[in-house]
Amino acid sequence: MRVKVRMKRSIRLTMATLAMAASAGVSLAGDVETVSRNCTWCHGALGHGYSTAPRLAGQRHLYIMNQLYDFRTHARDNPFSQQYMWGATANLGPQTARDLAEYFASIPPSPANDGDLALAVTGREIYLEGIPEYEIAACAACHGPNAEGIGQIPRLGGLSYSYLKRRLAQWGEGYHVAAEPPMPRIASRLAPEEIAALASYLSFVR
Amino acid sequence: MKVTPQSVFLAATLATALVAAGHAGGRHRAVAPREAAGSKVDYCKDCHGLSGQGYRGYLTMPRLAGQQSEYIESQLRNFAERSRDRDIFINMARVHGLSPETRSAVASHFKGLDPPPMGGGPRNLVATGQKIFQEGIPEANVPACSACHGPDAKGEAAIPRLAGQLYPYTVRQLSGWSKERGQAAAKDDTTAVMTSISHGLTPPQIDAIAAYLSYLR
Repeated sequence: MRVKVRMKRSIRLTMATLAMAASAGVSLAGDVETVSRNCTWCHGALGHGYSTAPRLAGQRHLYIMNQLYDFRTHARDNPFSQQYMWGATANLGPQTARDLAEYFASIPPSPANDGDLALAVTGREIYLEGIPEYEIAACAACHGPNAEGIGQIPRLGGLSYSYLKRRLAQWGEGYHVAAEPPMPRIASRLAPEEIAALASYLSFVR
Repeated sequence: MKVTPQSVFLAATLATALVAAGHAGGRHRAVAPREAAGSKVDYCKDCHGLSGQGYRGYLTMPRLAGQQSEYIESQLRNFAERSRDRDIFINMARVHGLSPETRSAVASHFKGLDPPPMGGGPRNLVATGQKIFQEGIPEANVPACSACHGPDAKGEAAIPRLAGQLYPYTVRQLSGWSKERGQAAAKDDTTAVMTSISHGLTPPQIDAIAAYLSYLR
């Protein structure tokens, strides 16, 4: 009589991750393979994001490293970060943080495409020119023409609508990250409709 | 699907048509009316840094701290008149559009700031850069920068301060002077003097000068 053996879920997930990673052309070294399961559990098999956990695929590796550090030191204090990321990074060493950051940064990003299409045109205008009349700087000046970011400045292109909307509002609500301004200042001047427009546009940007 | 202006426009048109079919009345304003903030200085500082020290974003926003106020005012004017313009994704004229009264208030505010220089240029080029700054390059007909910009690179009147200017910014300006300046006939565009000077500099010399200036207090 044949006995069916069910594979443990964690092994299935690892194999799925490795299979997808292999097909995406990225590789994971030893330890990182284990630790990344802690990330992909919430952030999605290839870091494309899931529910409240943002897309990590294609994010700037310096930005990811800064965030991991800021979670560990509690410098970044928005509610979901407190609830999930503080614990997740409590024992994260710098080398592993760097490996994880480089791994996720190397995955080709793909956009969430979940914004409000009707608002995307307005969002694009705000993104490229800001709103000088209300003293809102053009996002593109720092984040780049295709919202790809540079150095420590994050990619915004392709992040999910709800994540961007939440973060932009949180800057205005006084939540912190250890990186220097100007985000809190700029975002606090944005009106809710402008935030929705920006978040919509950016969710479509490849 | 790739977001091109055309595809977004088409999508928005379709969406608007569908919405309009449902509503007989007017369209929503995208921007809620509210009071514009007072002084524009905070707005400038969002990009140019809280102490006007500059910022290295995707674009390099130059240092304004300690800059000659006459120079800031003339550049704001040039941006507005589009005699200084770059063919890039940012609408420089709109971003720098200030009324003439606001220009002088902003300019004198930044002149009074004095943060330390950001540095960042390649250190091994500083000595060469200093030599060029102080002596020029006679064989290329390049005068000493210090002759106009001052021995301490602090400038005077319409001649800008260079001390502490960000390395990538200085490199870009010297490398592509005529791509950005003198775009429209402006009666008092004093920046034309730099055109032939910048053409006389080789890229390594530009790097050296920019490196030297980036550390200058």
